[in-house]
Amino acid sequence: MGPRDMVSDDAAVMRLADAVRAAGADHRVLHTVGGDSKRGLGGTPRGGTLSAEIRSIGMRSAGILSTLELRGIVDYDPAELVATVRAGTPLADLQDELAAHGQMLPFEPPAWPGATVGGAVASGLAGPRRAFAGAVRDALLGVRLVDGRGQVLQFGGRVMKNVAGFDLFRLQAGAWGRLGVVLEVSFRLLPRPQREKTVALPMPADAAIDHMNRLAGTPLPLSAAAWAGGALYLRLSGSEAGVRAALAGVGGEALPQEAAARLWASAAAMPMEVAGGQACAGEADEGLPLWRLAVPTTTRSLAAEGEVAIDWCGGLRWLRSAAPAAEVRALAASLGGHATAWHGNRARPAMHPLDPVRLALHQRLFAVFDPHGVFDSGRFDADADAAPAAASLPAPSGRAADAACRPASPAV
Amino acid sequence: MHTETLDNPTTIAPGTAETDGFNPAMGRDLLTALARVLPADALLSEPEQLGPYECDGLAMYRQPPLAVALPNTAEQVQAVLRICHAHQTPVIPRGAGTGLAGGALPRADAVLLSLARLKRIVRIDPLSRVAVVEPGVRNAAISEAAAPHGLYYAPDPSSQIACSIGGNVAENSGGVHCLKYGLTVHNVLGVRGFLADGTPVTLGGEAPDDSGLDLLALMMGSEGLLAVVTEVTVRLLPRPRVAQVVMAAFATVEAAGDAVAGIIGEGIIPAGLEMMDALATRAVEDFVHAGYPLEAGAILLAESDGTAEEVADEIARIEAVCRRHGAVSLATSQSEAERLRLWAGRKAAFPAVGRITPDYYCMDGTIPKKHLSNVLRRIAELSAEHGLACANVFHAGDGNLHPLIFYDANQPGDVERAEAFGLDILRACVEVGGTITGEHGVGVEKLDAMCVQFSTPELATFHAVKRAFDPAGLLNPGKAVPTLHRCAEMGGMHVHGGKLLHPELPRY
Repeated sequence: MGPRDMVSDDAAVMRLADAVRAAGADHRVLHTVGGDSKRGLGGTPRGGTLSAEIRSIGMRSAGILSTLELRGIVDYDPAELVATVRAGTPLADLQDELAAHGQMLPFEPPAWPGATVGGAVASGLAGPRRAFAGAVRDALLGVRLVDGRGQVLQFGGRVMKNVAGFDLFRLQAGAWGRLGVVLEVSFRLLPRPQREKTVALPMPADAAIDHMNRLAGTPLPLSAAAWAGGALYLRLSGSEAGVRAALAGVGGEALPQEAAARLWASAAAMPMEVAGGQACAGEADEGLPLWRLAVPTTTRSLAAEGEVAIDWCGGLRWLRSAAPAAEVRALAASLGGHATAWHGNRARPAMHPLDPVRLALHQRLFAVFDPHGVFDSGRFDADADAAPAAASLPAPSGRAADAACRPASPAV
Repeated sequence: MHTETLDNPTTIAPGTAETDGFNPAMGRDLLTALARVLPADALLSEPEQLGPYECDGLAMYRQPPLAVALPNTAEQVQAVLRICHAHQTPVIPRGAGTGLAGGALPRADAVLLSLARLKRIVRIDPLSRVAVVEPGVRNAAISEAAAPHGLYYAPDPSSQIACSIGGNVAENSGGVHCLKYGLTVHNVLGVRGFLADGTPVTLGGEAPDDSGLDLLALMMGSEGLLAVVTEVTVRLLPRPRVAQVVMAAFATVEAAGDAVAGIIGEGIIPAGLEMMDALATRAVEDFVHAGYPLEAGAILLAESDGTAEEVADEIARIEAVCRRHGAVSLATSQSEAERLRLWAGRKAAFPAVGRITPDYYCMDGTIPKKHLSNVLRRIAELSAEHGLACANVFHAGDGNLHPLIFYDANQPGDVERAEAFGLDILRACVEVGGTITGEHGVGVEKLDAMCVQFSTPELATFHAVKRAFDPAGLLNPGKAVPTLHRCAEMGGMHVHGGKLLHPELPRY
């Protein structure tokens, strides 16, 4: 990947900006598409057809806005710990380039095949390292985007510390493209650890929740703590000496490197594959809708409610549940958290509904960035025409239904 | 020095109360209404009571407010906001008043809302590693309260013994350890508070990643323009078992800068990585006798923390990198006392400079580290052009520069020259892809510099976001984002890529 691989930025950016302006003038909705990272949530499962998805989110009429022309690493100097990348760059290409210099994205995004950098930012999904190294928005330093007026705007920058202006760049992480077309992003990076080791400690979920929280309160080089299939999995990352000393303290059985890599990659993309491939998280119920609950880390095990896996040191719970969406959301809310309908789950909107104050703020912010309603994610209840009847959706297919035991693409 | 250049808030949001249009009768009604909801000692309006509130840490700007409200509870904060909203009176939120950019500077027509009395630590949960605190709690007090559990709150701005967590949220404060442990935005899990009209709002919480847009992140560093925070939930981290610091001296700033790149390139994220140039080094050595070599062109402090094994390994690698890059002397702390002594110099840099110049003006630009030598050379040229000396202190790991411009406020013209020099430094930072403020905020101080960094549509978007939260434009109006009019007058309009993107847009 190098400068010669890029098409002229100005030309590609101007085409996108023109398309946005034209759509705004004609009151058309545009659908920003890169490598389909956003697809599985609120649309069809990945692998479904785009036309089906467009039907599913009930657009008035739709055009496709592809970011794939915007390719390439604009600036990457390992000594800065910063990379500036165009949105359509394949995530895997960026990760390979960073790995070649001993660095990585801190948030361990799901490695969907074909995923782009822009999609990783728009969907704002982070993997197991999130509990220890931060979310997508924590790694963002700046974003260049086209807003709903067709204006090219730059917020944030390429430096670690920057308090000039509101942090509108962080707002793009997890905005699902609702605020604009992301053109270019700058990430802060982390060095890849010299050594990484995963251990398994068989124990019930409640004991695991307590144990992982206790360990996180001690100065250990933890980089992941999850539970699935009757065992607590801990990942230690750091220097050779640091990891060796920590391993002696935490005990458990070490996993082979390859099994560990598969485990954590599948935890990011879910459904989680338990190490070694002998068991899958909730495989018996794999036809049931999959829910992703964010809760306080010490929340009790939700086994009775269909919990099949725990990640983020207790902060993330995966549920397979036949319960009505309203019930799952009430459960999440009663615990101080929220529930997202994951790939294959037809509940709408995909995102947990907002309280009235935040809903009003969302609608006003949508109007700021997108006064003509060009960018309709269909995923927030703040969108007027989101949430079509579930009956109109195609049946789940693709990875959510058939990939439960298949190793996800390794992230490393 | 020139508060009259503060932007008129009416240009941000039509309908805002104007300083000129202030009506004393309305002021009396307002005070009567506030007196009804606040305890007797929580409302100040006599001129002699207002003095302590007429400025924050940027003392060159002073203006007494109409009144000071010192609520004790979140309910009283809400009541004050509702009353001020009904009276269309601006509200200036204030934490501990340690901000360096005038973010809490009052207005004559505004109520200063001090959150200093909301200083309860609501709850500390050692198992889930969170603390829930009120905004007036001092930054350092959180770590003190968490210490019995082996935990602490990581962001440590230099004012941490005095500054409050509410102010940290408003400014997205960093600290010496932020390269490894992040800024306020990385360590706050949730906030509760009120919008300008008193509507309660909760953003984030103990569950990760709020559903919907990340409004919590937007709140961090918003300088009191979007909401008033009355409760903050922060993440606590386990206190590292061991910390050790390496002090390395280099013949030139360039060599020290190369060593910084070498350390990062080695895959190390030091807990702290600080640099001082020769002038700053001499000033601190004269003051605190930290043991810094006076002949050095620059000194570097690199700290490692973690388990004993991790620190031993990292320190050895840091020492090797420094030697490889030509360190002329090297000292590594062998005890906690030695570690503190080596840090004492860096921590005393500002007061040490204060001893050798009547006044100094502290800048806060951030640059990509690879441009450090270029920017320093530029600062030296500017120093000669403006006829003012400048000592340089950096958070080297994250490229945050604190040039300290020497001046004498009693010398006619010095203040203006210092400001012009400062703005030129910030221009140089923006030119190499950096920013005008790394951690101190914009406040009133850097409104002009904002015009250098942002384009008209970008500034217009900031104003629109402000209106989304505060349609009447009553919360801390005129701060943080300059009016388009001001930027046009300054003539520093920023143009992306050397051409106007939207010639159809009006330019003031």
